Amino acid sequence: MNITTKSLKHCDLVSASGRIDSATAPQLAQALDALTKSNKFKIVLDMSGVEYMSSAGLRALLTTQRQCRRYNRGEVVLAAVPQNIKETLELAGFTDIFKIYDDVVSAVGSF
Amino acid sequence: MRTQLFLADFSNLQQMREFVAQAARDAGFDEQETYAVQLATDEAASNIIEHAYRGQEGGQIEITCQARSDGLVVILRDHGRSFDPQRVRPPNLKAKLSRRSIGGLGLYMIYHLMDEVQYQTEPGAGNVLTLFKRRGVQE
Repeated sequence: MNITTKSLKHCDLVSASGRIDSATAPQLAQALDALTKSNKFKIVLDMSGVEYMSSAGLRALLTTQRQCRRYNRGEVVLAAVPQNIKETLELAGFTDIFKIYDDVVSAVGSF
Repeated sequence: MRTQLFLADFSNLQQMREFVAQAARDAGFDEQETYAVQLATDEAASNIIEHAYRGQEGGQIEITCQARSDGLVVILRDHGRSFDPQRVRPPNLKAKLSRRSIGGLGLYMIYHLMDEVQYQTEPGAGNVLTLFKRRGVQE
């Protein structure tokens, strides 16, 4: 898995690619933690390059969403989610707690 | 029928997924069904590594794939601690964000991705999780 983080004017953009499972999810958690620890709570996660995600990835997303939504200081939104992964999010009931945008531009524009 | 032994380590999950994906494609599964088999196997193996072996080194997971006329059987065997799937509380998928728990989500996903799930534990013979997915049935 590969992760890059970019600071934008109104939010931070995290782009993940490859496979997110129990072996690699800690890398994603670490990248997201680094942002929340720097008081950055408006985060767009670009998932266009993610080929696979198990519940280990869901765990990292849930932990970060809790941090971000606390005191209404922000949130994590998801962008360009591949169909397979969207189905996993639906199965886990995560579509109620994460906004999903078709592309990065509209996700970034939501902040 | 094909069987492969894997060291119970998260770094081997990708190999396990590839192993079952190949069997699923050979059994005539489409990409969506193949993905479901990979995800269910990953969740099951991750649970074995995390809960049955509890990070203990040297544990193994034996995976057997068996094509049937109507689908694919995937069997995972381990020699770690056993558990009672009936005692794992299902996750509350409607709970508020602050009350969401990730515990039990992997097992919940396995039950939804596969058509049949059986768990058996025999003293000395280890734990056997048998998963079956029917071909051509859309979720």
